[in-house]
Amino acid sequence: MPKPMSTRFLLRSAKPSAAPEGARGRSTGRRRNRGPRRALPRTVTAYGLLSAALVCFALFSWYPIVRGVLLSFQQVNFVDAPEWVGLENFQRLFSDPLFGVAWRNTLMFTGLALLLGFAIPFLTAVLLNELRHARTFFRLVVYLPVMLPPVVTALLWRWFYDPGPGLFNEVLGTLGLPALSWLDSSDTAMLSLVLVATWANMGTTTLIYLAALQTIPGELYEAAELDGAGIWKRLRHVTIPQTRFVLLVLLLLQIVATMQVFTEPFVMTGGGPDNSTVTVLLLLYRYAFVYNDFGSASAMSLLLFVALGVFSAAYLRLTTRRES
Amino acid sequence: MTAARTLVSPTQLRSRTGRTVYWTVLLLTLLAFVFAFLFPFYWAVTGAMKSSEELAQVPPTLVPNEWHPETFATAWREIDLGKYLLNTVIVAGGAWAIQLAVDVPAAYALSKLRPRFGNLVLGMMLSTLMLPATALLVPTYLTVSDVPLFGVNLLNTPAAIWLPAAANAFNIFVLKRFFDQIPDELLEAATIDGAGPVRTLWTIVLPISRPILAVVSIFAVVTAWKDFIWPLLVLQDPATQTLSVLLQRIAPDMPLNLLVAGLVLTSLPMIAVYLVFQKQILAGLSAGSIKG
Repeated sequence: MPKPMSTRFLLRSAKPSAAPEGARGRSTGRRRNRGPRRALPRTVTAYGLLSAALVCFALFSWYPIVRGVLLSFQQVNFVDAPEWVGLENFQRLFSDPLFGVAWRNTLMFTGLALLLGFAIPFLTAVLLNELRHARTFFRLVVYLPVMLPPVVTALLWRWFYDPGPGLFNEVLGTLGLPALSWLDSSDTAMLSLVLVATWANMGTTTLIYLAALQTIPGELYEAAELDGAGIWKRLRHVTIPQTRFVLLVLLLLQIVATMQVFTEPFVMTGGGPDNSTVTVLLLLYRYAFVYNDFGSASAMSLLLFVALGVFSAAYLRLTTRRES
Repeated sequence: MTAARTLVSPTQLRSRTGRTVYWTVLLLTLLAFVFAFLFPFYWAVTGAMKSSEELAQVPPTLVPNEWHPETFATAWREIDLGKYLLNTVIVAGGAWAIQLAVDVPAAYALSKLRPRFGNLVLGMMLSTLMLPATALLVPTYLTVSDVPLFGVNLLNTPAAIWLPAAANAFNIFVLKRFFDQIPDELLEAATIDGAGPVRTLWTIVLPISRPILAVVSIFAVVTAWKDFIWPLLVLQDPATQTLSVLLQRIAPDMPLNLLVAGLVLTSLPMIAVYLVFQKQILAGLSAGSIKG
């Protein structure tokens, strides 16, 4: 299964980009000089080396893509041959009251996750970039949660959120704040899930921002300072424009990743309370593996793909073009 | 120490107020980091060592009144963690080995042998990155349950995770990009000495590529270890499940201290990997490729 694209990404200037154009052009020329007699066995060897990958891609990536589209318009029960039902699966989805709820919840999760998961790591990175001490410690520690399996994180946090002997209400109490119902109220459940997800993933984004910040030439800050720009103006007119590319790429990635949220609601709330944390993927999972309605589940995947395809394509275009 | 110029100017920092502000901010950040990222681990480790009654007590205790380190041993025995740890190691190790065995030769072929239609193949592979992983959940599940042409059912076998993991366009892209940087002259020299493409790959390209192979390897293992939704679907037989799938399955019926002990034990291998390979992991993050 290809992993969610959550954090796949290539950083712009951390490394000089691939082989210089000249070198590549030269070797292509050389190959052409050898003529087809040498190129053919080379191609045969190449496809020999590629064969395992081609088989894996064909079976587990390209074929499922086609099949997924077909399934969206079919009814399958694995006894009779699949039956072509046109848009019936989509109609069934649209008439399910949970369908709208799931999309609303997912958009809410994405919105909140962007608000927190975008701002907090960026500000943390800006802050860490100014600090001259304990740098290794900060880096080491902020990435620690990323290494935890998401199920472990979710189960631990479910315990932290516990309204009785939970850690968080205890902390709130120590600070003189009222206890919250966290996962037990439909008002706060989604926010509680966003908090876990942000905590678990902010290490990655923070370190990527930090790397991007370190490529900003110091002269720009000096020049801005000579022009009389204060710290906020320097942040606004130097830091943010200089990290624009990374900000954009991570924005796309986070949209794509957070729209596919599954583990946190599945493990922590099961969609409740009052369906307030039923997400698109959770509903998709129910359709496929609880109701055994693979057609409708595929239709849902297709809708999710359409919703996310644009962002994924933009991300892919940006990163591959920058790099090659 | 001469650090690069950043947002705050060095003159500002050197002033008396500048220094006071700096040390205050540093101290607060340190405290915030310790509380946000280390304290939860402390809470889990000590929580596992509390007695059941103490764990249910309101308000919770910061330091256990009684220490029960034997909870870890009990959890290991009761949950049968050894068996599931082995399952997870097989899944993650196999995913790693197969990804390298499949993706490295493919990337090498596309980068250095540049076969006809090579760019088309690469493009078709890369275009799969455009699909959100979950869009393929259902059709890939159905495919794995009855692999076309081969007619085998891979459900409840580690191969259900290994083989789809090998169709990893991102690995191929990262590896190809690295191989592209290896000068052709080096490979030509090997060819003149009579080495074929496979031998060149093995004796020249792979040794040079150690850093990128390390990054790809670590991320392959970590990804497989952390994955949840796919193993949840394809490993429904309890005997074959990985730690993540097991833990969410048994969580509702487990005494809390045993569960927390199990969670701690499950995270230890990844934390150990992180502490050992932190240089490669953090460098992999900032120098090029990351997957999470």
